[in-house]
Amino acid sequence: MRIECPCCGLRDHREFDYGGDALRQRPAHNDTDIDRWSDYVFMRRNPSGLHREFWQHIYGCRQWIVVSRDTVSHQILSVCLASGAHGAGQGLERA
Amino acid sequence: MADASTRLGGYGRIDHGKPVSFTFNGRKMTGRAGDTLASALLANGIRLVARSFKYHRPRGIYAMGVDEPNALVTLNTGARTEPNTQATTVYLYEGLSARSQNCWPSLGFDAMSINDKFSRFLAAGFYYKTFMGPTRKSWMFYEHFIRKAAGMGEATTLDDPDFYEKVHGFCDVMVVGGGPAGLSAAVNAARAGACVVLVEQSPDLGGGLLNMPAGGKADRWIAKQVAFLREAQNVRILNRCSVFGSYDHGSFGLVERLQDHVFPPQKAVLRQRMWTMRARRTILATGALERPIVFGGNDLPGVMLASAARGYLNHFSVLAGRKVVVFTNNDSAYLTASDMAQAGAAVTLVDARPISPSVACARAEKSGVTVRSGHAVAQASGRKRITSVKIAQFDCENGTARDPGKVMQCDLLCLSGGWNPTLHLLWQHGGKPVFDDALATFVPGATIEDGFSVAGSANGRYSTLDCVLDGQAKGLEAAQACGFDLPDGSDDYPALDLTDGWETQLLPVWEVCDSAGKSQKKAFVDLQHDVSVSDLALAHREGYVSAEHLKRYTTLGMASDQGKTANVIALALLAKHRGQTIPEVGFTTFRPPFTPVAVGALAGHETGPNIEPRRHTPMRQWHLDNGAKFIETGIWDRAWYYPKPGEDIEAAYIREARELRKSVGVVDVSTLGKIDVQGPDAAEFLNRVYVNGWSKLPVGKARYGVMLREDGMVFDDGTTTRLSEHHYFMTVTTAGAGAVMSYLEFLLQTCWSDLKVEVTSATDQWAAVAVSGPKTRDLLSSIDSDIDFSNEALPFMGAAEGTMAGLPVRAIRITFTGELGYEIYTPAGFGEALQEAIAAAGSAHDLLMLGIEAFGALRVEKGHVAGSEITGRTTLDDLGLARMGSTNKHHIGQVLARREALTSSDRQQFVGLRPVDPKAVIKGGSILSEPDETPKGHGLGYVTAMAFSPVVGSTIGLGLLSGGRARIGSTVNVVDTVDDTIIPAHVTTPHFYDPEGEKARA
Amino acid sequence: MVCSLQLGLEAGQRDGRTMTKYSGFKVFAQALRNNRGWGRAWRDPDPQPAYDVIIIGGGGHGLATAYYLAKEHGIKRVAVLEKGWLGGGNLGRNTTIVRSNYMENGNTQFYEHSLKLWENLSQDLNYNVMFSQRGYLGLLHSYGQLDAGRQRVHAMKLNGIEASFLTREQVQEKAPYLDMSMNARYPILGGVLQQRAGTARHDAVAWGFARAADRQGVDIIQQCEVLGFIWKGLKIVGVETTRGDIRAPKVTSAVAGNSGVLAEKAGFQLPIESHLLQAFVTEPIKPLVNCVIASFGMLYYISQSDKGGLVLGGSLDGYNSYAQRGNLPKVEHILSIGKALMPCLSRLRILRHWGGIMDMTMDGSPIICKTPVDGFYMSAGWCYGGFKATPGAGWCLAHTIAKDEPHPLSAGYTIDRFRRGATINESGTGPVPGHH
Repeated sequence: MRIECPCCGLRDHREFDYGGDALRQRPAHNDTDIDRWSDYVFMRRNPSGLHREFWQHIYGCRQWIVVSRDTVSHQILSVCLASGAHGAGQGLERA
Repeated sequence: MADASTRLGGYGRIDHGKPVSFTFNGRKMTGRAGDTLASALLANGIRLVARSFKYHRPRGIYAMGVDEPNALVTLNTGARTEPNTQATTVYLYEGLSARSQNCWPSLGFDAMSINDKFSRFLAAGFYYKTFMGPTRKSWMFYEHFIRKAAGMGEATTLDDPDFYEKVHGFCDVMVVGGGPAGLSAAVNAARAGACVVLVEQSPDLGGGLLNMPAGGKADRWIAKQVAFLREAQNVRILNRCSVFGSYDHGSFGLVERLQDHVFPPQKAVLRQRMWTMRARRTILATGALERPIVFGGNDLPGVMLASAARGYLNHFSVLAGRKVVVFTNNDSAYLTASDMAQAGAAVTLVDARPISPSVACARAEKSGVTVRSGHAVAQASGRKRITSVKIAQFDCENGTARDPGKVMQCDLLCLSGGWNPTLHLLWQHGGKPVFDDALATFVPGATIEDGFSVAGSANGRYSTLDCVLDGQAKGLEAAQACGFDLPDGSDDYPALDLTDGWETQLLPVWEVCDSAGKSQKKAFVDLQHDVSVSDLALAHREGYVSAEHLKRYTTLGMASDQGKTANVIALALLAKHRGQTIPEVGFTTFRPPFTPVAVGALAGHETGPNIEPRRHTPMRQWHLDNGAKFIETGIWDRAWYYPKPGEDIEAAYIREARELRKSVGVVDVSTLGKIDVQGPDAAEFLNRVYVNGWSKLPVGKARYGVMLREDGMVFDDGTTTRLSEHHYFMTVTTAGAGAVMSYLEFLLQTCWSDLKVEVTSATDQWAAVAVSGPKTRDLLSSIDSDIDFSNEALPFMGAAEGTMAGLPVRAIRITFTGELGYEIYTPAGFGEALQEAIAAAGSAHDLLMLGIEAFGALRVEKGHVAGSEITGRTTLDDLGLARMGSTNKHHIGQVLARREALTSSDRQQFVGLRPVDPKAVIKGGSILSEPDETPKGHGLGYVTAMAFSPVVGSTIGLGLLSGGRARIGSTVNVVDTVDDTIIPAHVTTPHFYDPEGEKARA
Repeated sequence: MVCSLQLGLEAGQRDGRTMTKYSGFKVFAQALRNNRGWGRAWRDPDPQPAYDVIIIGGGGHGLATAYYLAKEHGIKRVAVLEKGWLGGGNLGRNTTIVRSNYMENGNTQFYEHSLKLWENLSQDLNYNVMFSQRGYLGLLHSYGQLDAGRQRVHAMKLNGIEASFLTREQVQEKAPYLDMSMNARYPILGGVLQQRAGTARHDAVAWGFARAADRQGVDIIQQCEVLGFIWKGLKIVGVETTRGDIRAPKVTSAVAGNSGVLAEKAGFQLPIESHLLQAFVTEPIKPLVNCVIASFGMLYYISQSDKGGLVLGGSLDGYNSYAQRGNLPKVEHILSIGKALMPCLSRLRILRHWGGIMDMTMDGSPIICKTPVDGFYMSAGWCYGGFKATPGAGWCLAHTIAKDEPHPLSAGYTIDRFRRGATINESGTGPVPGHH
């Protein structure tokens, strides 16, 4: 695969590390609810089709990015920097 | 016919003036420069080349290229041995040696050909129904013989003397295939200005045109295209290069055979080069492969694809037979018949179609060919080669040969059952084949994968002119898709018209049955694997009706040729059995590689010692000069121990560990992960990632911290030093450095972007030594430095920046050994100088060089946790560190660490172990079990680390023990099933040495 | 002789069952009749409107579950629904290794039970699955790994599983073609051998279970895709398929690669990511590799099939995928390891490489349990272990369905173990599926 890094341009995926589902809802840092943390850490939508996922450009700018990719065709629809896009899911709607 | 030379003068594209000698089965033979092994064997009158996989039937040369199912040989000897090599794809070189495989005692007389006599007992899948008794172990007995009988060639066990390299390529347009369509596509894309790579698997460009008589219009046209492409600055031609696989986003794997056509020299050569090519557009001009027609005896030596026979004549100047029968269902084989007749063979052409194409037929008859339309070859006969065929009227309604046929002597039978476009690269990548009824084969669909286009006969175009025009159009289209175009007013580039198109449509004929409509015996679909039509029928009868089941049950298409001549026929026969159309039956998945690729080429340089880089600390040379033995620890090479004369590792590390507690020692800890943390919110950041608190850490002080994973397990540990108000210097474990860094970046970039903190990896920027032992202060004070190492100025966990021996340093008073100690950091470039300065001063202080073996032993004595306890399955409490966890703030992993199973009292906890018998040796990995029970199951835990402790006077261990802290003071058994020992041991705290930590504070 | 054989066949075929018992004698007798007497290995029935149990997924696990439901629990009104062709998922794509050298409590005994079933499987199914106990040799490359290797041997032996710890010299003797140089990047220092482990013929496992289940009366229905569930209140009481509605009080999923899709239809999420694992086979050669050889440190394994091809594989491609085809960098990486360990591989050629979809759980261990939805059971998340677990998983899932309670051997394989903190994490890498 080749991923268009927003900072560095089109690069082979071997320059990146995979970070998994980017649409998981991370509880607030001070949330003490075991169920919510458990869901966040362990449960996955795991779609067959469009998947928003984290990658990190470890052999480049080291930025974490969010890639929208089809898990069946591997086609990449969009890439953006993860900065500010996560938290309580702001900036990312569920597919 | 005598096995005389069949080489003709005045034909072909080989160099008649350059003889090349080679051996086949030990016999010396001569070929010509430009020959393949197959053409040279044919020229030497060799017809029997190989034995088949299962029935050991005699087999000859069947095809002319990568589709060859039969003529597999073992090439070369010794370390360069290559089994299962298609004789048709090996270009002859001086001294080549080849031998037949899978036969004993000889190719001519193969004892295993007895299988052929008993083939009915060895039908498809017979082995699933038997070999199951008398006992359940019996299979191992049968299997021994089956394995010996299976396999093909024999592999070498020697190392490959040659080497391989890898290259990354990028282009606008990649054209795969250098035939008329590919050349035209490449020329047009290049004219438009695109960066073009043209890949051709054979040495010469021209593709199918090279099967035409040499010296004609086609050769002139090829020469002109090649000249243009060689001139053009924006074109790279890769010949002897195969595109073996297509991968995501326009990536392709290519293997370029650089030295396979020259005599293996004594020295190692760069044998093959693997390319990873990224193309914006890819044009498949990969041509089409001829397919045969199935009937009884269709596998005998002397049966050959019609296009191959023509190619052997026109390219290699070999007339493969003198009495030739050509059996076809389409127009293309007429060219074979005409050319062979003109070369002097007596040729009979049998066309299954009722009416022959008039022009082609007239041309053939003019050349002396006898044409018999409406007929079929019903049977081929002969023992080790074909000697006759039965020709009969063909009933094309039922696909049967009418009785009585007529037997005709022959020494070569050429077959053409139609053409299959070579679209493996498209279909490997998920493209769906579409069945074309007129061509009776699979073609690319109306919409194909993004980035691909298909040109020429791969696209179902069968005249040279159509191929050229299609290639030109696709070449321009691809260039345009990349933003290029022909300059306005560009002329059309000259096409090539050989008026060789098909006049009449192909008649689908897959199999010729007998007059009763039954399949004949010994009618093979997959030649290499001996899969016959009766095997297909049996599989169907037994319910293996899907295409994949058929393939797997009969092994059809799974041989080393991947069924290139067999697959479409098999689908057609399956469709017939199922009473469905071919597209309804579907097809099996295409898998890379298109042609087999050497493991060496895929491995490239990054194998053996280069499989992963070795990381060295800046002081490596110093360690080497001072007698260190090294050990690899993950990605790093580290100084392991420094033996005195006569010492082994055991003696050396125990000495080093003992001496350190008396004097002073230095160990290279440059491998520690180091992360610079800066920003106004740095303290808050540390509060969140570490279990313990950081808000109150003053400037100039260090603190030990532990991080958890989000699931509550211990992640990593280390010290972090506050260098200034907003600047912290974090150290993490050697092994965890990369993962911690990525995780901190993840938190800051995705979760906590409101925190004003930057993290930077500084692992490579800083060299570090840990100096410790009671005499440390004496040693350091003797080095010229502006740092005051006194207890008052630099107390335990204090940090200072300054210079030592003129080098900039950070000194942090922390210790892993439990003695008075300092970690001294200096920029990596000064690492060796720092080491030398300390060593120079050390000579007056009995300075000890400490390897990581002794360093590890000292940590076991001290009872610090390390990688062997931070297993990813241990919690803070398991490791006895629960008191570190701050309760008045939130930290990562805090919540999930509370899960019920992580807080139960029987969890395995970190303890020390001391053998009751001081002479007993506890080994790492041993299982801990109840003292009064026979050990069983998973026991109570295990020994995570051990060392000989000079302080304790015996081996000691660290362990994870169920309910361990409550067991301190009791004993457990340390069970080793390898040495078969059970050693009673006292359960102790992990801290064997100075548990109160007074030494470090001294 | 021939006469009685014919009678047997006809009697068998009368009730629509293929009752022919396979044996060397039958093969011989049938061959004399030109193999025209063999009937279908299993029937091709149309789905009935209702069953006692519906099993979604006609792979090894689904078929094994059906077989053991019928044979061990007497529940014979069972339908196995397969959307494509039997064994078309991971069963037909894996590298066929069978072993039980697990270290964590909860895994060890389960896989050992499965291995014991393997040892009798050909006889039990009357179908030769070619279980070849040629041994599984795990290579150890560092002193830390030696300790871990010893621990593995101890854990296995104390659980009653044969295992041995090999020195460097013993490894060399067993596999002289390995690179034993101490200058190797990761030198081979020793090994762990499980001699009872080995390989089996993967397709035969599907066909064998299918045939045996069919003989027990199970309906195996191919080309039947499940589109959704039939609900009665909060309970699942059947499935909607491309071949109509089929009802059963108990429905189980035994699919790989689509567990998440089914779970979503049932209204819950799983602790699973689907990843791609590649596999490779070389051209066939005469016997060379005499056991399974694996590197624990480098994540690599190789064995030789009965046909002669060297079958090998390594780690995951590293990202969520349902594509069943791998990427080139991983191909290069795995073969780099292959050549590093076994330099003579270099001139052998890779004939074919392919990919399968691994349902990776967050701790690397599987799920066999009742789901949060009444009437719905599941076997999922088999990570790398699916093939070797085939009979064991079928055994335990059949028990779970029949008795409505977990089998003691699979009691730890629940979905809620993550919530409870009772994960079974052999690798220790935590909830990062790509790292297991």
